[in-house]
Amino acid sequence: MKKYDVVTTLSYPKTGAMGKTGTWRIFRPILNKDKCVKCLRCWIFCPEGAIIRKEDDSVEIDYDYCKGCGICARECKVKAITMEREE
Amino acid sequence: MSLKDLPKDEYLLPGSAACPGCPATIGLRTVLKALGKKTILVVPACCTAVIESWYPNSSFNVPLLNIAFEASGAAASGIVSALKQKGRDDINVVVWAGDGGTYDIGIQAMSGAFERGTDFIYICYNNQIYSNTGIQRSGATPYGAWTTTTVGGKGEFPKDMGAIVRAHRIPYVATACISYPEDLYNKVRKAKEIRGPKYIEVLTPCPPGWRFPMDRTVEMGRLAVETGVWPLYEYENEEMTFNGISRAIFEGKYKRKPVEDWLKLQGRFSHLFKPKRDEERIKRFEKFVDDMWERFRKEFG
Repeated sequence: MKKYDVVTTLSYPKTGAMGKTGTWRIFRPILNKDKCVKCLRCWIFCPEGAIIRKEDDSVEIDYDYCKGCGICARECKVKAITMEREE
Repeated sequence: MSLKDLPKDEYLLPGSAACPGCPATIGLRTVLKALGKKTILVVPACCTAVIESWYPNSSFNVPLLNIAFEASGAAASGIVSALKQKGRDDINVVVWAGDGGTYDIGIQAMSGAFERGTDFIYICYNNQIYSNTGIQRSGATPYGAWTTTTVGGKGEFPKDMGAIVRAHRIPYVATACISYPEDLYNKVRKAKEIRGPKYIEVLTPCPPGWRFPMDRTVEMGRLAVETGVWPLYEYENEEMTFNGISRAIFEGKYKRKPVEDWLKLQGRFSHLFKPKRDEERIKRFEKFVDDMWERFRKEFG
């Protein structure tokens, strides 16, 4: 990454700027791939960008950063995502 | 267009300091998809200044300038001038400010930038409170809402910021909501192509501020539109167009849901329902929304 030589405080982009935010989670979203219709609602509504959109528009959950808000489960029209309490 | 047509690019990186269920980050992801990489953001004091996370890291993958609460409009004008001097006209300069930094503290700098005709987009993400500092009332807080500074419920109605901005006669004014991402995406794309000042206001329902469970963020935005509390429109070259359900409400083809459906899901309005139903204040709220649509019909019908 290009670094700039400036006399001011400058932050640089970093995935996980606040660490692995997945540790904040109390409820864990579980995706049932058989039910998924690839509508991408979970992907666009995820506040964290923790739903990874694949080439074929199937999705995967990034548990390193998912904060467990549950928006994906609530917005899923076919109920392919369920929330389960973390162990 | 459908969600599949939205680009995969992400300019807001995962692992930020945002609360779980944050509407501002939903909005930012959609907005930055529409703006693309060649974008400079100007962010005054607001939740997004926190979402950027801790020095020396940033959760934004685009250049971003933090500026004092009241100065975002002036800073945007400065950046646009500097880019002009450097001969760059392919970069979007975008202010991303909260309702406190727009309705109250930043209004004069914003008005100044509109009057100067600065070629930029001003996006106000409106969560109807100062949520970054712990839920104080703002000029955008609805009537009757609890905040830490209006403990018994706010006694005043919010400003009509859309009308204030329209009075500047800038080329593009629009409202959007994070619950309608295609609509928001299209509006930002459209604003990007227009020269001169553009204003887009996005409703962002805040779970801790409005007191509702964090998985209902999107639902709360959708209900705000369906109950008519939040109109979706575009005002282009002094022509008004309502979008989606708001269009149906405006034309009288859709009977808007009672505002109660939206109010009773939010803890900040719970004193209107318990221990005793406050019929008077609920009616006053309902009438305010009716009057707003009546005003729209008179002016643009």
